[in-house]
Amino acid sequence: MRRFILRRLGQTLLVLLVMSFVIYGLIGLMPGDPLDVMIASNPGASPEVVARLRVIYGLDQPLMLRYAHWLLAALQGDLGFSRTHSQPVLVVLAPALWTTCKLMLISFVVSVILALGLGIVSALRPGGWLDSLISLAAFAGISVPVFWLALMMILVFAVELHWLPASGRETVGDGSLLDVVRHLIMPVATLALANTGGFTRFVRASMIETLRMDHIRTARAKGNGEGRVVLIHALRNAMIPVLTVMALSFGTLFSGALLTETMFAQPGMGKMIYDAILSNDFNLALVGLLFATLITLLSNLAADLAYAWLDPRIKL
Amino acid sequence: MAGRVSAPSLEVSDLVVRFGQRAVVDRVAYRIEPGRTLGVVGESGCGKSMTALSLLGLVPAPGEVAGSIRLGGEELIGQSRAAWRGMRGRRVAMIFQEPMTALNPVMRVGTQIAEIMVLHKGASWEAAEAEAVRLLEAVGIASPRDRARNYPHQMSGGMRQRAMIAMALAGEPGLLVADEPTTALDVTIQAQILDLMRELQARTGMAIQFISHNLAVVSELAHDIVVMYAGRVVERAPAATLFAHPRHPYTQGLIATLPDPERRVARLPVIRGGVPNLDHVTGCRFADRCPIAEPSCRSAEPELHVAAEGHDVACFKS
Repeated sequence: MRRFILRRLGQTLLVLLVMSFVIYGLIGLMPGDPLDVMIASNPGASPEVVARLRVIYGLDQPLMLRYAHWLLAALQGDLGFSRTHSQPVLVVLAPALWTTCKLMLISFVVSVILALGLGIVSALRPGGWLDSLISLAAFAGISVPVFWLALMMILVFAVELHWLPASGRETVGDGSLLDVVRHLIMPVATLALANTGGFTRFVRASMIETLRMDHIRTARAKGNGEGRVVLIHALRNAMIPVLTVMALSFGTLFSGALLTETMFAQPGMGKMIYDAILSNDFNLALVGLLFATLITLLSNLAADLAYAWLDPRIKL
Repeated sequence: MAGRVSAPSLEVSDLVVRFGQRAVVDRVAYRIEPGRTLGVVGESGCGKSMTALSLLGLVPAPGEVAGSIRLGGEELIGQSRAAWRGMRGRRVAMIFQEPMTALNPVMRVGTQIAEIMVLHKGASWEAAEAEAVRLLEAVGIASPRDRARNYPHQMSGGMRQRAMIAMALAGEPGLLVADEPTTALDVTIQAQILDLMRELQARTGMAIQFISHNLAVVSELAHDIVVMYAGRVVERAPAATLFAHPRHPYTQGLIATLPDPERRVARLPVIRGGVPNLDHVTGCRFADRCPIAEPSCRSAEPELHVAAEGHDVACFKS
């Protein structure tokens, strides 16, 4: 177990290293460099000044050498300086990372809980009216575009009903827990809905399959009530395949978070990376993308651990 | 019936299990006394397993069960769901063919055994788990304390079936229904499991309904034998009588197919054909495969009748 975790963390570092090279290279391939932006905002800059700045920023060096410099500094904990924010990258990144992780985790938990409940209820009477209703809702959830849903929610709950704030992380000058929660409801609901639909379908299918298994018949033959049969005997077995799907979707949740953050003006990673790329803020974009990679890798590791915990047949 | 001292463990009469229009178990009747073993024989699809499941009220939807199942004198058909639940595992226990799939793969074996005692005897999990270790020992599992902490996949097939039997014993049932309990095991393990069941029966006095497609296996254990064909009982007799004087042509065929070490043959005999589609049968259901069938066999269905003392058969010609 411990060896497994250590090995996986080692692999994670390796993947991060490769990713940093790839991302650095890709950003280097983008047209323009930070100085172009500077020149554009300061037409008076003479070619000599620009050339000097190029040397100061190290932009006259070949890409590989620049990467090597960056990597060496990064390994010593210096992730660089954000040009547009005029602050160290980590200082800019930390609050955005927190906002995004909060949004992702809460909506993930919400969608898992909802999917478990709805999926199990569906599986108890496949083809029944409740199952049909839930399936319809699940497909609606899968097919509704996130941006449209976000717009509709803003229109209904913020503009028309004035129940919830349309955007932001908190009301300036308030920032109480209730206020923060109120700001989270719509982004979380938007992000959770699409996943809930998919998860519900998977829980339902897996549960129906599990309930047909021989050991479920044994559980009934022992005198277990239906509640115990479903929640104790079937659920854990049914969760094994579902877990994989859920863990894999955690990575895609990140791109969903990007969209949601934009719609609800949440100062999160998605928006930050997007802005950083547009404004040629290389360091910030690079580290932001690396953290996105890290989140995905760690969620996969967590899934593997949960997998082994659920299924004793799997040895780590 | 004068002089009946105790109520029979199980008395099944007129049992019908119906899926839509099709009766997969049709007017089945038999009884098992305490401490006795009834063998139920027949090929796949003859209704043996459905008969067994109906004893536990576990016939899957949309199957309907009618007739009478009396356990210790008490009628089970028509009982409430709660009553069935309280009865399963405690008064009637069941073991299944495939111990790998019949045990929960993600639950420790000891816990699965203990569950019965927690459900039915109000035992604490701690006490029940301790009792589970004793039961594993009773069914001949070495180092039962360690094995109780195993998951099913960590055990061999024979050991899993022993664990399954330990689980069935946990509720101290009066009737054990064993549905092909040795079919998935290799021959030496098969013999061990049969010995174990015989020994446990002698110790506990429970009745056993032993279901198998294999007449040879049934003969190892059964005091009485019921032969089923296409949902019906075609012959019913004490085991020795059945083997000495099989009356139904189907039973005769089954016995003829058994390999005999005294008589080596190049090819074992077979009963040709398969179980008929029950929707289109009039007359005797076995007529199409029967070596002695006459045209009259196809016009009416033979009822089970007494052919000799304690020996019933459903055939016009015997």
